[in-house]
Amino acid sequence: MAGPALALFGVFAVVPLLGVVVLSFMSWDGLGDPVWAGIDNWGRTLADPVTQNAMRLTVVVTVVSWLFQAPVSLLLGVFMAGRQRYRAVLSVLYFLPLLFSAAAVAIAYRALLDPNFGLGTALGIPWLSQDWIGDPDLALWVVLFVIGWCFVPFHSLLYQGGVRQIPRSMYEAALLDGAGRVQQFLHITLPQLKYTIITSSTLMIVGSLTYFDLIFVLTNGGPGNATRILPLDMYLTGFRSYDMGKASVIAVVLVVVGLTVSLLLNRLSGANKMESQMEGL
Amino acid sequence: MRLRIGRRTGAVVATVTAAALLAACGGGKQPGGAAAGGDGPSAWALTGGTEEVFRAQFDAWDAEHPDQEFSVEWFANDAYKEKIRTAVGAGNSPTLIYGWSGGTLADYAANGKVVDLGDSVTELNERLIPSVAANGEVDGTTYAVPNTHTQPVVMYHNKEVLDAAGVDVPTTYDELLDAVGTLQDEGVTPIALAGQSVWPELMWIQYLTDRIGGPEVFQAVLDGEEGAWSDPAIVEATTKIRELVDAGAFGDSFGSVNADQNADTALVHTGKAAFVLQGSWVYPNFLEAAPELVESGGLGYTTFPAVEGGAGDPANIVGNPSNFWSVSADASEDAQTAAKEFISTEVLSDDVVDDLLEIGAVPPITGLEDKIAAQADSDHPSFVYGLVRDAPHFQLSWDQALPPAQAQELLDNLSQLFLGQIDPQQFSDAMDATL
Repeated sequence: MAGPALALFGVFAVVPLLGVVVLSFMSWDGLGDPVWAGIDNWGRTLADPVTQNAMRLTVVVTVVSWLFQAPVSLLLGVFMAGRQRYRAVLSVLYFLPLLFSAAAVAIAYRALLDPNFGLGTALGIPWLSQDWIGDPDLALWVVLFVIGWCFVPFHSLLYQGGVRQIPRSMYEAALLDGAGRVQQFLHITLPQLKYTIITSSTLMIVGSLTYFDLIFVLTNGGPGNATRILPLDMYLTGFRSYDMGKASVIAVVLVVVGLTVSLLLNRLSGANKMESQMEGL
Repeated sequence: MRLRIGRRTGAVVATVTAAALLAACGGGKQPGGAAAGGDGPSAWALTGGTEEVFRAQFDAWDAEHPDQEFSVEWFANDAYKEKIRTAVGAGNSPTLIYGWSGGTLADYAANGKVVDLGDSVTELNERLIPSVAANGEVDGTTYAVPNTHTQPVVMYHNKEVLDAAGVDVPTTYDELLDAVGTLQDEGVTPIALAGQSVWPELMWIQYLTDRIGGPEVFQAVLDGEEGAWSDPAIVEATTKIRELVDAGAFGDSFGSVNADQNADTALVHTGKAAFVLQGSWVYPNFLEAAPELVESGGLGYTTFPAVEGGAGDPANIVGNPSNFWSVSADASEDAQTAAKEFISTEVLSDDVVDDLLEIGAVPPITGLEDKIAAQADSDHPSFVYGLVRDAPHFQLSWDQALPPAQAQELLDNLSQLFLGQIDPQQFSDAMDATL
């Protein structure tokens, strides 16, 4: 039964992956024949300040994305789970960014953030006319905001679903015991959402590690190298500089880190046990 | 009741997840299969711009050679650049390879991926402007031939803005620097620069280096001479760039300005900036976005200013001499023969020259003065044609001239130089390390 799936996975995931590992020990510019280079590429890549900077940026993007997106989507999700009509209307609005492709979002934001013709000029608010994506100190934060804007709706939806699964009887019992709204949230909603939080966080963290398209279109890694995160560094090294050996090293690093992080998250959270959270109901 | 809603929510989540996954999967570019299949000649060409002129050439060829029809695939510029090198490397390239010459062509030639065009281009070469044709040669052998119009980089300016500030068109660097000060006092950005795209910054270092030290300075870089990036001319050019940036010549937010969306030319035709240094390919954009300005003669264009005491000829130009056809060495014998014949009969033929002139593009062919003057709007094409015809040297953009890895390093370091993250000395040191 699993045969076709395994074959597909093998041909389109495992084989290319092994190819990249082999290529990371070779020197190839995409044109001639690959030449064996030993561990040259590895030393060269890991010592390269641009790549080191990319690794640092990737960690920042991953951590800050989670710190920003997780609480916002959790709170929005809880809010959207309510059954009042105005909440339903707002939920539809929150949902909108999910409908746009990352490239379209990036192009739209590039136009909105343009200091000369963008939002600031249109609305007549000078403060909005900052050098948003042209200032190396600002660009990364702008990128993090736009990524958040794109992904918060998806994660809110996960939380909304999660909250609606929580049996109402639990809240009724808490109410009888005199628990307020905050206490209900802390002692019922949050613990009940444990697995939603794990799922959503894993998606956020692994997603941030490999995030590419929006940044590629919005800033192309610039200004300077201010937003050149690891996946972008890999792409630019491979398909702009045609240094396939070095790009493969970065790819292998990404695969290893990505797999390790998702495995760790799974282990640490005990999600593999998946015990019930609703004993006694 | 609760159960039903719960299920519905679950279904929505599942649908959305699936949609997101599908969207992610669909993100990759997947152009049609390799055109190398079969024995007939094939070509990959670019959409937009002169697409119609190319289509007419292939149609004319196909009509005359029904047994050797070209199978042509059309790509957007960036998608093409990414695909073609991989295709050439894998031996799957089309018979006719569209290119920009420079470092990539040299790579193709060194790996035996393109053939010597030999006699098939003799006749065409005699009609071409020599400084443009020279870009198709690698070590004296012609591997590529110009296939479309020529696009030098020129200085555009808004005459209304200059008049309001009482500034004359600068002919020297010092006059430009003075103009920067005056224009700033008037509250306009002196020079629009699309720093986010980085490549427009190349035009500044290219022109300044050429004006100060002549074409030999960059030739030394191409030849890989040790320390070539530390040449005094390059150091002076990068120092002048810093001088301009520090004087506020490009405003304080050039890093957010993007050339792909024409935000730099928009600054000029809306009167927010006075000058922009750009390729002649932006002219149609001026025409389209600000027809009144262009028709009233408010849009000026001129050569890059000279630098006092500089060794370079102020008539030298930089930019995109043309685009080029090469013939793949991996194609079948028949396809190669057909492609060579296509080059000698169709490429830049009289019909093509007329087609190009009609859309305001200037072909790199000698003796077109009268034909251009007879066009409806002949001012801009005449200016461009004169520039190219009289230029002792036409420098291909450095990012095309250099091998790809060095070109990327150059763009990275140049962007940091403009942003003030590195100084001219650090720029030269970093670039010398790539030689």
